Amino acid sequence: MKQRLFAGLSVAALVLAACGGGSTAAPSTGGTAASPAASAAAASAAASSGGGDLKGKTVTVGGAFVDTEATAFEAAVKPFEDATGVTVTYNGDKSFEQNLNVQVQAGNPPDVALLPQPGGMKNYAKQGKLFPLPADILASIDANYGEGWKAIGTAEDGKVYGVFHRVNLKGLVFYPKVAFAAKGYSVPTTWDELKTLEAKMAADGTPAWCIGIESGAATGWPATDWIEEIMLRTVGKDGYDKWVSHAMPFNDPTVKTAVQTMMDIWGNKADVYGGPAYIVQTNFGEAPKAAFDSPPKCWFTNQGNFITAFFPDAIKADLDNQVGVFNLPSIDPQLGTPAEVGGDQAVAFADRPEVWAFLKYLTTPDAGVSWSKTGGALFPYKGQDVNNYSSKLDQAFVTTLTTAPFVRFDGSDQMPAAVGSGSFWSEMVKLVNGAQNIDTTLNNIEASWPK
Amino acid sequence: MAGARLVPDNAPRGVVQVVGTGVGRVVISLLVPVVAFLVLWAGFLFLRDAQAPKVVVVAVAIVWGVGGTALLYIVSNWLVEKLPGAWRGRVLPFVFVGPALAILTFYLLVPAILTIYNSFRDATGGKFVGLDNYAYAFTNPDMLTAIRNNVLWLVLGTVFSTGLGLAIAVLADRSKLDRVVKTLIFLPMAISFVGAAIIWRFVFSYQPEGQPQIGLLNGVLGSFGIAPQSWLTVEPWNTLFIIVILVWGQAGFAMVILSAALKGVPDEMLEAGRIDGATEWQIFRRIILPTVWPTVVTVATTIAILTLKIFDIVQTMTGGNFGTNVIATLQYKQMFTFFDYGRGSALAVILLIAVTPVMWYNLRQFRSRGM
Repeated sequence: MKQRLFAGLSVAALVLAACGGGSTAAPSTGGTAASPAASAAAASAAASSGGGDLKGKTVTVGGAFVDTEATAFEAAVKPFEDATGVTVTYNGDKSFEQNLNVQVQAGNPPDVALLPQPGGMKNYAKQGKLFPLPADILASIDANYGEGWKAIGTAEDGKVYGVFHRVNLKGLVFYPKVAFAAKGYSVPTTWDELKTLEAKMAADGTPAWCIGIESGAATGWPATDWIEEIMLRTVGKDGYDKWVSHAMPFNDPTVKTAVQTMMDIWGNKADVYGGPAYIVQTNFGEAPKAAFDSPPKCWFTNQGNFITAFFPDAIKADLDNQVGVFNLPSIDPQLGTPAEVGGDQAVAFADRPEVWAFLKYLTTPDAGVSWSKTGGALFPYKGQDVNNYSSKLDQAFVTTLTTAPFVRFDGSDQMPAAVGSGSFWSEMVKLVNGAQNIDTTLNNIEASWPK
Repeated sequence: MAGARLVPDNAPRGVVQVVGTGVGRVVISLLVPVVAFLVLWAGFLFLRDAQAPKVVVVAVAIVWGVGGTALLYIVSNWLVEKLPGAWRGRVLPFVFVGPALAILTFYLLVPAILTIYNSFRDATGGKFVGLDNYAYAFTNPDMLTAIRNNVLWLVLGTVFSTGLGLAIAVLADRSKLDRVVKTLIFLPMAISFVGAAIIWRFVFSYQPEGQPQIGLLNGVLGSFGIAPQSWLTVEPWNTLFIIVILVWGQAGFAMVILSAALKGVPDEMLEAGRIDGATEWQIFRRIILPTVWPTVVTVATTIAILTLKIFDIVQTMTGGNFGTNVIATLQYKQMFTFFDYGRGSALAVILLIAVTPVMWYNLRQFRSRGM
């Protein structure tokens, strides 16, 4: 009798062990939420007391960039690995944001995640999954970054979670330098000059703009960048902040004016290569190539600094001589040309000394040196040497970044995901595709703002 | 020889005697599962915590997974064998069905119940919001478009895939090129929907008028002097064009299954019909179709379920833009882009409810044919 009972029990135990084993890997939630601050401070003290005790430790990092960018990132963290003996393992995944969410729910996120959207950071912070930065990292941010960067890394609870490493600068207009000069055109510095030049180009038979907004599941984002840049140039930083934080409604007349300003260009077939049907189904990386055909099919691409990576190989090999760049001209002379920036922020899902040591390293100019030499990346550090950047274009970007009258983060990236990665994109696509008018577009976006 | 055998026989006798006693058996019955459990647990701990290279982890995972399953069955079976006869018969089925049931419960039933529960809660799963998420699902303009599109997919996708499959099966049966035709039609089945969508993006590709067209359709139009069309951005036609991809992929599936069913139509019946003077159409309509009808229904319901759940083709072709969203693409957005678990779950439940009748009908068909 006993024997049977034992046998039966052990069968049950085996089945349970096989099927329920996964639950022990569940994340530490709730209970740990209170402790991070205290333990983080202790950890960072250990980290700053010397790297020797971190030897052999590993920090896993997850991000959305792959291939050459991943290699450049690994090179950028090499000095940290050499100095501390910590191994940094980077895992790049194009669907990183979606997959990270699954990993977090399953309790196995990477130690450090490079989040492209502040909204994502705020979400995870609200769920109690992130650990706030310890005091010494905050001090390092104050020392090495300009005003505003810390604010973008701050969640709704007022604590700072995010550290910026590589950043993007948007609102840059690229053009084929040689053909542009041959035509005798000159760079516009005001919106009126831009309009005059557009008309002249249209009269010469080539539309001014190369625009493509297709980007897979993120189709529409380049359109939102345009709106943000026009908003920065028309309502200034206070208006912009109000708009982004929803202190003013999305269908406010100032937003309508900005969208109208954009659509005056986008809706005009003489000003945009291919017209609206082409805009909505052409990849943002494919569109600029038309500017480098001979003769150019269009002239201007308004994009971030990263777009040069999508240029034709022959152009990429000779960027400084082939490509000209200027700031999207000012609309209101009093506001000038503010800089719109974007970028991944590094947040900690784990509270370990090596993780904090790594994040602290990312706040120092040293972390940008190797990548700025490779090219294709900008860093926001105050004390960095502009001459580290190998190309003239990159040096121009960095100068623009550091001399702009004011800097604001990509607006859609700060809005709630349902707007910033949702309706703002998809409704702009509908507008450009001619499926609805500006009022409907703005009302729909306003209605989709989470209450 | 006999003397030589004595030595090895003698040595283990002591152990056998101990095992033979009741206590020994109990100890062994306990020890074996415990050891098996420890081995599995060690493997689990390694997989969870190890910082080993990926190749090693994958190798261990395969050995642990396959070997662990085998070990579980062997040990459980061995234990059950030790039970007395009547109990052995009662317990044994559970050893073999049990893990499958447990996995089904853990990975399907529990998530389904949690999803239904979450669909009545807010974005973070915190607050009870009643039917708000469902109200959203049936009033939001994007959702209404998605429901309309899903109906289009359901009706057109199913009818054309099954119809075309049946037509080709019937016609190819009478052709000398039977095999070649069937192979060609069947080939797209081997391509994933994402792959198919990428191929078809080239078919539908659009360049401005006057530029070289890399898209097949616009290339053909251009050779007749017709202006290029923007196939994927004009609502609602774009959904129809995307459905063509499903038909392209699934007609082969329908054809193969129906072709097998057609071979089962008795020649005597066809011959009798012909002798009685029936036309070929009458033979198809009155003899062939009724005979293969159960198969037609099975094929149609299988494709119908597929169309209700359709996601990958739309996501790859348009990302749901230009009014091509379906319920599954919006569900994915709510869940994984907006992190709105409430709405995401509600959409999942709606899909589940939509699929259930078809599923039920399909299962009833299977059962009625003793499958």
